[in-house]
Amino acid sequence: MSTMYQVLRGPEHFLPPAAASMGIRLPDPGQAHIHGKIVNEDEAMEVAARQFLSAKVPTIFPGPLVLWAWNEKAAGKATAIRHLYETLKECVTPSQQAMLIPMPDYRPKYPKINPEIEINPNHPNLTIWHNKIDTCMFVGVHCHQANLSLKIIRGGTYCYTIAMCAQAGHEDAMVSFRDATADKIRKLADWVKKLKGSVEPPKD
Amino acid sequence: MATQSLIGTKNRAGQVVADAWKLLHEAERTPCFYTGSEVIKEAVRRANCDVMIAYPITPQSEAAALIGELFAEGFIGDYFRGESEFAVMSQCAGAAFGGARVFTTTAGPGTMRAMENFPMWAGARLPIQMIVTCRGINSPLSIQPDTLEISYLLNTGMLVWHAETAQDFYDWILKGYMVSEEPDVHLPLALCCDGFFVTHTKDVVNLTPADMCLPPYDPYRSPVPCMDMECPPVRMMRDPFVMKSNYISYATHASWQQEVWAAIERSRKHTIRWLDGLIEVDRPDAEILIVSSGTAVSQGREAQALLEEDGIDVGIVKIKSLRPWPGDEIREATKNAKHIIVPEFNVTGWLAKEIRATIPDADRVYAGPHVCGGMTMPPEVIAADLKKHLGLKSESLAGRGS
Repeated sequence: MSTMYQVLRGPEHFLPPAAASMGIRLPDPGQAHIHGKIVNEDEAMEVAARQFLSAKVPTIFPGPLVLWAWNEKAAGKATAIRHLYETLKECVTPSQQAMLIPMPDYRPKYPKINPEIEINPNHPNLTIWHNKIDTCMFVGVHCHQANLSLKIIRGGTYCYTIAMCAQAGHEDAMVSFRDATADKIRKLADWVKKLKGSVEPPKD
Repeated sequence: MATQSLIGTKNRAGQVVADAWKLLHEAERTPCFYTGSEVIKEAVRRANCDVMIAYPITPQSEAAALIGELFAEGFIGDYFRGESEFAVMSQCAGAAFGGARVFTTTAGPGTMRAMENFPMWAGARLPIQMIVTCRGINSPLSIQPDTLEISYLLNTGMLVWHAETAQDFYDWILKGYMVSEEPDVHLPLALCCDGFFVTHTKDVVNLTPADMCLPPYDPYRSPVPCMDMECPPVRMMRDPFVMKSNYISYATHASWQQEVWAAIERSRKHTIRWLDGLIEVDRPDAEILIVSSGTAVSQGREAQALLEEDGIDVGIVKIKSLRPWPGDEIREATKNAKHIIVPEFNVTGWLAKEIRATIPDADRVYAGPHVCGGMTMPPEVIAADLKKHLGLKSESLAGRGS
């Protein structure tokens, strides 16, 4: 299926379509995608880093696959994510606020979520609205739950989404990497450091 | 990756775990003369399955029983009989939630009885493989070949493939796991064939070595966690938030459903790679095409030969995958056709309806012949219907003594 569809910042629609159903295809190994267009991974690294540096509230959402040190790889990724977060904090201006908000599990939160301390795939928009998050990165979230969230975010918020996926990637994110490792996360931190000062911070 | 690191090791039955692509494309094949049911058994022998759950219903009973022998020989981790088809499919879900590679078989009324489970499997992203040996589903009772049940599966969110031959069946059982277990797909597969025509006839089938098997399923690549009573979808039914009547609840459910159909779309690239395309085309330049799936394709080939004797050039389009639906491929294959005839083994002609909804100038599609209730479809009937449609004279095939 050829497509004119682009995966862009929302709010897009009352019910936005799944990007895969609009003809957006996942990248092959070594590739990434930006707005649904397949690119090489370095190009996407630069775009993701610029997006973080130009956001008012750049935020990382680590999920259960990296949060609980359930194996060495998970622990390694968690350390790399902390490094990326610290790098972001160092590289943004005082007017920007880098955040790290976990998605600890996928349980629907009852009677309501506390959006200051967590995000949930069933209603991610609540955390994004509450914290005025304008760029976020999902990492360590099971693919189905991540896609669920990414569509809801695109539908109802202005937030720019990045997916650092350990499997095949996410069409529903605006930028998506695949086969994520701790090294790849550190590489993104290196890009953020490299571009520090070269990206115009957001205007108030 | 854990699965890759197991290649070259031995499984519980002493089979060598092989690279799936090499097993299916490079390993030596041995021709064997088997029934379709025996072929199912031989494919499952090599599929490294953890669990098979059985329930008797014709014409899949023989395959289900034969797989019991595999369990006795140590090739299947667990094997038991459910209380009904509904129970079987629910038990399959339980096993798959727990991270097992699951196989089952059903047919006709059994498929219909279990139907509630299939959208649940898809929504829960369970890559269960279910063989559907199609038969009549209506009253009065018929155990004979009829493909109407496939039409009910098309909107469940499952992958649906339709095998023509026992060789298709053998290869696709093994390839099916490779597609449906991809983390970006991770959906159940209904692998259908026309009951009796495939299951109870013998054919030469080229088998891969019996001492080699697929890599095991790796549940850690799943797009959802293994069974967790605290998480959706298991928690959906008891959680007030997700069951609540409000916009957020609706949006969650809508996004969830979209994700299932997105996964079917993602299966497209894997299915094309493993099945060598979603369709097969013979004589694409012909102005007359027979487009079909399952054994109706075989009958179409025979009709093609008959028509050729009369100087009528006819091409064949064999549809291998119904979900994902090969829309682009069918549009391309039929772009030069003036007449498209769709023979089917069911009363409604559901495949012709799908094709009509896919191509421009849909009045080119002639839906028929569609026989049902176990009737055979002699190639002479296809040829005669086509001639009649073209305004050519053909002999009456139904009458006697005239």
